[in-house]
Amino acid sequence: MTRVTPRRVALVVALLALVTLPVWVGNSYYVNIASQILLFAVFALALNVLVGYGGLVSLGHAGLFAIAGYAAALMLEAGYNHLVADLAGIAAAVVAAAVFAVLALRATGIGLLMITLALGQIVWGIAYRWAGLTHGDNGVNVATRPQPFGISLAGATSFYFATLVVFLAAVVAMALFVRSPFGASLRGTRDQPQRMNALGYNVWLIRFVAFLFSGFWTAAAGLLFIYYNGFISPQVASLQASAEALLMVISGGTATLLGPIAGAAIVVIMKNVVSAYVERWNMVLGIIFVLIITFMPEGLVPGSVRLAKLGWHALRKQAGRANVEEPAR
Amino acid sequence: MTAPAATNNAPPVTALGVKRLCKAFGGLKVTADVTLDVAPGERRLIIGPNGAGKTTLFNLITGEITPDSGAVILNGTDITRLPSRHRAHLGLARTYQIITLFARDTILRNVTLALLGLSHLRWDPFINLDRQHHLIDAAHAALARVGLEHIGGRPLAQTSYGERRRVEIAMALAQNPKVLLLDEPFAGLSVEERRDVQKLLFAIPRDVTIVMIEHDMDVALEFAERITLLHFGEVVVEGSRAEVVADPRTREVYLGH
Repeated sequence: MTRVTPRRVALVVALLALVTLPVWVGNSYYVNIASQILLFAVFALALNVLVGYGGLVSLGHAGLFAIAGYAAALMLEAGYNHLVADLAGIAAAVVAAAVFAVLALRATGIGLLMITLALGQIVWGIAYRWAGLTHGDNGVNVATRPQPFGISLAGATSFYFATLVVFLAAVVAMALFVRSPFGASLRGTRDQPQRMNALGYNVWLIRFVAFLFSGFWTAAAGLLFIYYNGFISPQVASLQASAEALLMVISGGTATLLGPIAGAAIVVIMKNVVSAYVERWNMVLGIIFVLIITFMPEGLVPGSVRLAKLGWHALRKQAGRANVEEPAR
Repeated sequence: MTAPAATNNAPPVTALGVKRLCKAFGGLKVTADVTLDVAPGERRLIIGPNGAGKTTLFNLITGEITPDSGAVILNGTDITRLPSRHRAHLGLARTYQIITLFARDTILRNVTLALLGLSHLRWDPFINLDRQHHLIDAAHAALARVGLEHIGGRPLAQTSYGERRRVEIAMALAQNPKVLLLDEPFAGLSVEERRDVQKLLFAIPRDVTIVMIEHDMDVALEFAERITLLHFGEVVVEGSRAEVVADPRTREVYLGH
């Protein structure tokens, strides 16, 4: 039995809107922006596993994102096919996530933040300085996009649909994860690690597995990124890239499914659309973040829900008062 | 220190044994050569003034702190070097003096997490936890034992202090422990709530061994069969309820006159 609930209606409408987006957006420039939003949403969703559900704030995730991208790009350059290159990219990022986890999970909180920051900077340093491998600042070109089942992804629309498929897969994986026992275990380690240990959970291992899960989806986003841009350079691994991803998660709302998606949309739209009209778009982005943090410290999505509820109650109260006053006139 | 040395040739008759346990934080000895033998099914009370090392002793038993020397034995198995989480799987459960619950979740989810901790399902990333009826039913049953089944769906943030104390006990009971450590289960409760908690503790079957730390002598004395008095990390007096209460050292150390 499937019941019609507002939530399900919203889900179907959102899905329809996403699937028909190239039709109603028309312009391939905006279709490309949509692809960017979706790929960064995958990145933000991956980071949210750690930040939102694990309480583990990583400031080095752009490093993992770049490792996937570089590994695949270099494999392609060496003449391997897309499937092998992509698998290598994902494997490299997951292994790197394991290394990050082993080193960073010695600490939590600020300690973890600093260790991941340092690890991300090491990746950036290698990308920048080890020119023999990575071509340094020149970056690596990715000449072609893959052709899954013979479908060319060269056009904006076809690439958008490929990105949408990965995005939906990520959303489904996150939705399953959130309601699963493992998701509950991870949230437990975020809220009461000591208690979780006493209850029989292996807190370290739960966090480690969460790191791998996050690393996997970060890698998926990294691969989409190199195919989208046709290029990867050290800039991708920079601290700014890690901070941007973190801002997406925090501004949208941590530990929610929609938050990181909304956050990715804000950042990508600011960078691409607003920057065309406002020279100091970074300042606009900063002001938006300050406003979000001031008025919705829990993030845009949960904050909007809260404010909407408040507004709804206020409206109903006012309507009730108006009804009472009416007969007096 | 008149406790007779345990003979080692007999099968284990202690549910929980602590052998010459020592722990110092810097120069401060918080646990000094403590030996306990708690028989299966026994109700043991641990008393002592603030700072006597009672909670530290619990932390040493559960593995949250590692001892400097000595051994902890659970049903004949030496668990001294075992990580805390393994001890839970061997049947050791505890409650906390400072309430340590999952504030963002419902009461039911708190207890479900306790059950999940001992289930292999805890690693499953695909199934829906809310549909694991055997876990949910068991969580409801544990809540029924502490009289909270009617408010299982309530977020923890909306519960009273007394209810939280009972959630603590429900979580420990849900794990079906062989040895249950209760750290001040009556702390901060009203007179009525104390009676209720006391009643539920009396209802715990005898296959569970209970060691309880408690300040409130009125409620605790009724419950205890044997009492251990700690002072400055040392066992000062140990014996039956009557013996310890009658002992002049108890008055001197604990009652302060």
